[in-house]
Amino acid sequence: MNASKFNSEYIAHAAIALLLLVVLPMLVDPFWLGNLGKYVAFAFVAVGLVLAWGYCGILSLGQGIFFGIGGYAMAMFLKLEASAPNLPDFMEWSSVEVLPTWWEPSKYFAVTLLEIFLLPIIIAFPFGYAIFRKRVSGVYFAIVTIALAMTMTVLIIGQQGDTGGANGITDFKTLLGMDVISPEARRNIYFLEVVLLIAVAAFSAMLLHTRFGKILIAIRDREDRVRFSGYDTAMVKAFVFTLAAIMSSMGGALFTLQVGLVSPTLIGAVASVEMVIFAALGGRLSVPGAIVGALVVGFTKSWLSEQFPQTWLFLLCLMFIASVGLLPNGIAGGIQRIFSSKEQA
Amino acid sequence: MSFDIFVMQLFNGLSLFTILLLMALGLAIVFGLMGVINMAHGELMTLGAYATYLTAQFFARFVPSLMDFYLIPAVLVAFASAYVAGYLLERGFVRFFYKRPLDTLLATWGLSLILQQTYRSVFGAQEVSVPLASWLSGAWEPTTGIQLPLNRIFIIGLTILVAFCVYLLLYKTRSGLRARAVTQNRAMSSAVGINTDKVDATTFALGAGLAGIAGSVFTMIGSTNPGTGQAYIIDSFITVVFGGVASLVGTAASGFIIAQAQTTLEFLMSGSMAKVSILLLVILVLYFRPNGLFSSKVRS
Repeated sequence: MNASKFNSEYIAHAAIALLLLVVLPMLVDPFWLGNLGKYVAFAFVAVGLVLAWGYCGILSLGQGIFFGIGGYAMAMFLKLEASAPNLPDFMEWSSVEVLPTWWEPSKYFAVTLLEIFLLPIIIAFPFGYAIFRKRVSGVYFAIVTIALAMTMTVLIIGQQGDTGGANGITDFKTLLGMDVISPEARRNIYFLEVVLLIAVAAFSAMLLHTRFGKILIAIRDREDRVRFSGYDTAMVKAFVFTLAAIMSSMGGALFTLQVGLVSPTLIGAVASVEMVIFAALGGRLSVPGAIVGALVVGFTKSWLSEQFPQTWLFLLCLMFIASVGLLPNGIAGGIQRIFSSKEQA
Repeated sequence: MSFDIFVMQLFNGLSLFTILLLMALGLAIVFGLMGVINMAHGELMTLGAYATYLTAQFFARFVPSLMDFYLIPAVLVAFASAYVAGYLLERGFVRFFYKRPLDTLLATWGLSLILQQTYRSVFGAQEVSVPLASWLSGAWEPTTGIQLPLNRIFIIGLTILVAFCVYLLLYKTRSGLRARAVTQNRAMSSAVGINTDKVDATTFALGAGLAGIAGSVFTMIGSTNPGTGQAYIIDSFITVVFGGVASLVGTAASGFIIAQAQTTLEFLMSGSMAKVSILLLVILVLYFRPNGLFSSKVRS
């Protein structure tokens, strides 16, 4: 039983890699490949949520914060490069004369890369550790994080001259001299995204198969007992929350690169809940499931909004409610149930 | 001079407080009783606002002579429609999610989007507003320099009345006793013969009705659009969490603190910075008092 479960997971990972690397790029036109790249960026967040929410029970409705950190870090670098030697255009519109100090590091690509990985750690770990030590969990944690996501959008929109405000940052041209807007460039970025996603997914799946993964499940199901056994559960939870944050940040950075835009609506409270939906719909207990969830939700959203401009939101939400209500473990859980019932028969 | 400004600020904070209080009371009752996070609570508030708007339209068209007093039936209509909606919502939707609080949060969030879209198709995306009754226009001037708009005094009075009724209902009636019993110990209440299903449904509906009144109150200080409720939902949750879920007095006090802090800070700095400071302050307080400011120490 265990071996077959492991094998099926292996197959699922391979199938997704094949689908994203070979099948879909051959089938779809550049426009849809661009869209696909967008969904793949969200899949990073979904994988992080599988670790944090599915296995450790930490429902964060603030993943948009970290998505935004990565996205804005990348956008600031690209914007400075695109508008050099002048100031970014939105700063000039708001009559900001000198580059704000906190933009200075974004002049260097290496620093930007560091920011994408280090900022989520610096923010998520102390915050998570402090709050988990105080045993704030469950819905309280969800509310605090959604409030933070809202705060971040309010902050960004309020500082129009420094952040681009509600319009976000856009109009990029090059990355270290390489073009980022032509179809070929986007295609290359897409493959970069997929390779990184596969690496992240493989890392997550492997982590879940270690002893550490077992501790996560134990904390989710009975945190006090794990604590009585001598584990520092707050530390473990903070660690997983930080991992999820790093993945979101990576997704955000790649999103900016792929789509050529970052804006507050992409990272706010509503967007953050949407990110949870990817994991919920795909299957919160399955890394490949979450990736499929991000792809399916993204695709359905684009397709429905084209086909049914009036009613698409109804359909999307109904689909979502039905999946939460009827398939608590999402698509992946549903598939597993079909297979296991066949085995029993 | 600065004293006048201070009083006016305090008063502005009170109007925000009325809405936060009505919203948060409903949420706190529902959350305390069932452990359900209802993200569609804001849309029930919007429902109340639209119900008020429709009542105003009805009076304007059929009984214009009574137009000055449409507000009183409108508040009742808002309460009733949100109460019914809440009852149906609980029986037809929320009760299937009781065992899974985090899923309830997500499912009701999906529902809230559906409701918003429904309002958008029925009432249109643009804002609607209600006329102000003549006896509520104008302001009360206790001293020169201090002007307190009458409509705001009215909503403060209305809110106090509603809050007092909720207190009577919960602490002085049999059904309130039942609701409190179920909140404290569901299994035991069920064992002594309380119909917990019925208590759940009516309490949820009561919480919804309070949101409906909040919507009605809102029409008197702003214009309604499909997203009106959503703008208040997170603030209301923060109010509940800050005050401590188990305590209704705590909810009221935290609503007062947050509303006053919000308006005062908005006066001192930009609106966005005020909001950010409040949220950070709340999180800081939650760090030291994870169960809210007014929680009592009990074993769970």
